[in-house]
Amino acid sequence: MKTVSKLMAAACLFAGVFAASEGVRADEPIKVGVLHSLSGTMAISETALKDVMEFLISEQNAKGGVLGRKLEAVVVDPASDWPLFAEKARELIEQHEVDVVFGCWTSVSRKSVLPVFEELNGMLFYPVQYEGEESSRNIFYTGAAPNQQAIPAVEYLMSEEGGSVERWVLAGTDYVYPRTTNKILEAFLKAKGVAEEDIMINYTPFGHSDWQTIVSDIKKFASAGKKTAVVSTINGDANVPFYKELGNQGIAAEDIPVVAFSVGEEELAGIDTGPLVGHLAAWNYFMSVESDKNSEVIEKWHEFIGNEDRVFNDPMEAHYIGFQMWVQAVEKAGTTDIDAVRTAMYGQTAPNLTGGTAVMNVNHHLSKPVLIGEIQDDGQFDVVWETDGVVPGDAWSDFIPESAKLMSDWTEPFSCGNCEKPSS
Amino acid sequence: MIDRKSRDLSGNRTLGAAALGAALLFATAPVASEPSEADFHAALQALDTQKFQQKAQAIEHLGALDNPRILEVLESLAKGRLYVRKDGRIVIAERSGKKYLIQDAISGRPEPEAGKKELKKIKVNNRLRRLIRGVTGRLALFSDDPDRRVKAADNLIKNPNPQVLPLFRQARDRETDDAVRAKLEVGIAVLELEADDPALRLAATTTLAETSDPDIRSLLEHRLQTDAEPNLEIRDALHGAIETIDRKLWLFGIAENLLFGISLGSVLLLAAIGLAITFGVMGVINMAHGEMIMLGAYSAFMVQEIFRSVVPPELFGFYLLAALPVAFLMSASMGVLIERGVIRFLYGRPLETLLATWGISLILQQLVRSIFGANNREVANPEWISGAIEIAGGVTVTLNRLCIILFSLAVVAALAAFIRYSRFGLNMRAVTQNRSMAASMGIRTGQVDALTFALGSGIAGVAGMALSQISNVSPNLGQNFIVDSFMVVVFGGVGSLWGTIVGAFSLGIVNKFLEPVSGAILGKIVVLVFIILFIQMRPRGLFALKGRAAGD
Repeated sequence: MKTVSKLMAAACLFAGVFAASEGVRADEPIKVGVLHSLSGTMAISETALKDVMEFLISEQNAKGGVLGRKLEAVVVDPASDWPLFAEKARELIEQHEVDVVFGCWTSVSRKSVLPVFEELNGMLFYPVQYEGEESSRNIFYTGAAPNQQAIPAVEYLMSEEGGSVERWVLAGTDYVYPRTTNKILEAFLKAKGVAEEDIMINYTPFGHSDWQTIVSDIKKFASAGKKTAVVSTINGDANVPFYKELGNQGIAAEDIPVVAFSVGEEELAGIDTGPLVGHLAAWNYFMSVESDKNSEVIEKWHEFIGNEDRVFNDPMEAHYIGFQMWVQAVEKAGTTDIDAVRTAMYGQTAPNLTGGTAVMNVNHHLSKPVLIGEIQDDGQFDVVWETDGVVPGDAWSDFIPESAKLMSDWTEPFSCGNCEKPSS
Repeated sequence: MIDRKSRDLSGNRTLGAAALGAALLFATAPVASEPSEADFHAALQALDTQKFQQKAQAIEHLGALDNPRILEVLESLAKGRLYVRKDGRIVIAERSGKKYLIQDAISGRPEPEAGKKELKKIKVNNRLRRLIRGVTGRLALFSDDPDRRVKAADNLIKNPNPQVLPLFRQARDRETDDAVRAKLEVGIAVLELEADDPALRLAATTTLAETSDPDIRSLLEHRLQTDAEPNLEIRDALHGAIETIDRKLWLFGIAENLLFGISLGSVLLLAAIGLAITFGVMGVINMAHGEMIMLGAYSAFMVQEIFRSVVPPELFGFYLLAALPVAFLMSASMGVLIERGVIRFLYGRPLETLLATWGISLILQQLVRSIFGANNREVANPEWISGAIEIAGGVTVTLNRLCIILFSLAVVAALAAFIRYSRFGLNMRAVTQNRSMAASMGIRTGQVDALTFALGSGIAGVAGMALSQISNVSPNLGQNFIVDSFMVVVFGGVGSLWGTIVGAFSLGIVNKFLEPVSGAILGKIVVLVFIILFIQMRPRGLFALKGRAAGD
C-alpha cells in the first residue's frame, strides 16, 4: 500500500513538472489528510476507512484530480489514543498544510480534535453515526444523527410491520454515545406513551464479556406478556459475546429482536451469524442493497484492494459521499481556501449508493435515507424497511428539552451552531 | 367427523383455523385427493412480491393447502432459501461455493445449478418468520421427533390461540412421551384458563401452579388484574398458584446466580492459572500474560482454518481437540523466548520486569494485528458444544459454558498433579522455594526457570483456546483478562494453586450475585474495592504460603 501511494505521489509530481513545462498552471498536489487509527483498539474499524480514502483519491486522480491538480493523501496514525488525535490533527494542518481532513471514529476522538480544527480553521469530515448534540463550523458530519438512525429504528419496531413492540430494553456500553442516544430514546418513548416500567436501561463496561446475567434478565423482562425488543448501543468488541450468549440461550429474533446501531458488516465478520438471523441494524447504507451504483463501486473497491472478501459499510459510504461533495465544492469555489469551500459545500448533492441523492444542509449534516436490515446467515443484511425519501440530519434532538430549542445554521446572517431559534 | 371439521374451518379465512384444518388433515387422513398443483403454484407465485403484507397472505394461503411439500417450502422460506429464478419460477436454492444448488419448489426435483445473478431472494422479516413458525409449529405437533413436538408445544404456549385447543387435546391423547405430554397438558391448561366451565378453570389453575415459568406467572397475574375471573374460589386458587410459582422462581433465581457465578469463576480460573505459575510461583510480574492467552486463541483459529480446508466436514467438530496441543506449544515456545530473551536478565527487579513485559505485550498485539488483521476472527463453536440445557423453570446453562467449567477443573487437576508428582514439578518447587540450595543440589536453575515460565505460558495458551469459544478473538483479547487474572491470583494468595481456585470461584459468584442488584459496572467496582480492603487485612491473600519460602 505504502509503495503504491509513494508511486502515486511520484507520478503526481512528475505529472506536475510535465504540465508546468507546457506552461499550464499546475501547483503542488492538493493534500488530503487522513486521520484514522491504524493501530490500537479502534484499528478494527478505522483501517478500512483509511483504505477507502486511498481508494477514493486514486479514483479522483484517475479522473484528472481537482482543479487540474492531483490529490495526495497524507496518512497519519493516531493509534486509538484520544490526546494523540489532537496532536496529529495539529500536525496535519500546521506541518503538512492539508486542505481537508477525513477522520475520527469514536465521539471522544472527535471531541478531542474539535478545538484544534476550530483554532486553526481546518475542515474535518466525520463519517460515523453519532449522538448529535454538537455542531461546529469546521466539521461536516456525514454519518447519521440520532434522528436518522435511532428514532426511525424504534418507530419501525413500534409499527405493526416491525412487531408492535411495547416493552423496551435499552442496552449500551457506558460512554457518551450510548448514554446520549438512550436519553433521547427514553424521552422519545415516553412521548409515545410508553410507561416507565416498560423501559429497562442497562449499561456495561467496554469489552464486557460475561453476558449471562444480563441476557437472562432480558428474558425475564420479556416474559411480562408484552412484545419486547432490545435497542443495543453496545460498542464493537462486546457485541460478539453478547450475540453468542443470545444465540446460546435460545433467544430468537422472532421472540426478542435486537436492533443495533453499531453493528455492521465489518463487525459481523467475527461471528457465526447462523443463530442471529433476523436481528436488526439501522444504517443509511447496507452493502447488500441492489443498485447499479452500489455494485459498480463495490467492484472497483474490490479491484483496488485486491480482495473479494472485503466489505463496504456505512461509514465508508459516508466518506464516499463526503469526499465527492468536497471535490464538487472545491471545483465550485475554484480554490481550496477553507472558508470558500465551506460556503460552497451547502446544498451540494451526491448520489447515495443505495439510490436517491444526499444533500449537505446548512447545519453541516446530510439528508440521507434510513434503512433497516435484518442479519442473514452470510453475514450480510437484508433491507426490510426504508424511509420513503431522505431524512435531514438534526444536530440538536427535539426530544431533549434543553436542546430542542437550539438550532444550527452556518450560513450568514445566522451563522451559529448552537443558538436559540430567533423568535420570528 | 374430522373431515367435516376441517371443511368447516377451511371456510374460515383466518390463519389459525386454516392451518389447523391443514394440520388435522395431515395428522389423520393423509391426503386422499390429488393435491391440486395449480393452487399450490398460484399460492407460491404470490410470494414473489416486495410487499410483506402480501407475502403474509400468501403464507396463510400456503398453510391452508394440503400438499406434503408445504412444510419444506415454508421452512425454506423462513431460512431465506426460497428464490425466484430469472424465468419467474420459485425454487429452493442452497449456496455451495460460488454456485447455488437448486430444486424446484413444487416438485422437489433437482435442477441445473445457477449463479448469484440469476436468482432473486424472497426476503422475509421477523413477522413473517413468526407467522411461518406458527403454521409449521402446528404441523410439527404431530412430528415423529419428540424434540420437535416439545418445541411446537412450547411455541403454542407462548402464543396462546384458543383455536388450537382441539388440536392440543388430540395431540395429548395420542402422545406417548411423558415429557411432551406434560408440556401439552400445560398448553391445554393455559387455554382452559378461559374456559366457560369453572371446574375446568380450577383444574387448569392447579396444573399451572406446578409450573415455574415466568410467562405463565404473568398470564395468571394478568387474569387477576383484569378481573377476568368472576369465581372467588378460583381467584384464591390463582393467588395461591402465583405464590407457589414465585417461591420456585426465587429458588431458581438463586440457583441461576450460583450457576452463572461458577461459570464466570471458571473463566477467571482459566485466565489466572497460567499466571498462578508465572507470577504466583516464580514471582514474575508478567504483563504479557494476556497475550499468551490471545496466542492460544489464535492457534485455535489457525487449527480451525486448517480443518476447514483439509479435514472432511463431519470431523470438523474435533478441531478443538487438535487445537489443544497446538495452543499449548505455541504459547509455551513464546514463553521460553520471552524468558530467555528478556526476563532472565531482570529477576529480582520487579519494576523493570513489569515495564519490559508490558512492552512485549504491545509488540505481540501489534504483531498479531499485522499478521491476522485488526478484525475479529471467527472461531466457530463446534456442534457438540452449541446450545443450552434447560434445567428447570427457565434456568438454562449454555453448553459451551458447562464445557468451560469442566475444562478449567480438568486443567487445574492436571497441573496440580504434574507439580505434585512429576520430577520436574519437584525441581520447580525446589527452585522457587530456595534457589541457592536447589542449585547446590545439582538442579539447573536456569533451565527450570525457562521451563516453568513455558509451562505457565502454555497453560495460558490452552486457556485462550477455551476462551475463544465464548469471547471474540481479536488482538485485544488478552487485555480483557489481564486485570482479572492478577486480581484472582493476588486475592487467592500468591503461589497457591488452591488459593487461585477458591479465589476465582468466590469472585465469580460474588460478582454474579451483585450484578442483578447493582448493575455490571458498579458490581465490578464493588468487587475491586472489596479486594483492596481484603489485601489490607491479609496482604498475602486467602491462602498464604507458610514455611521457608514465606520468609524471603
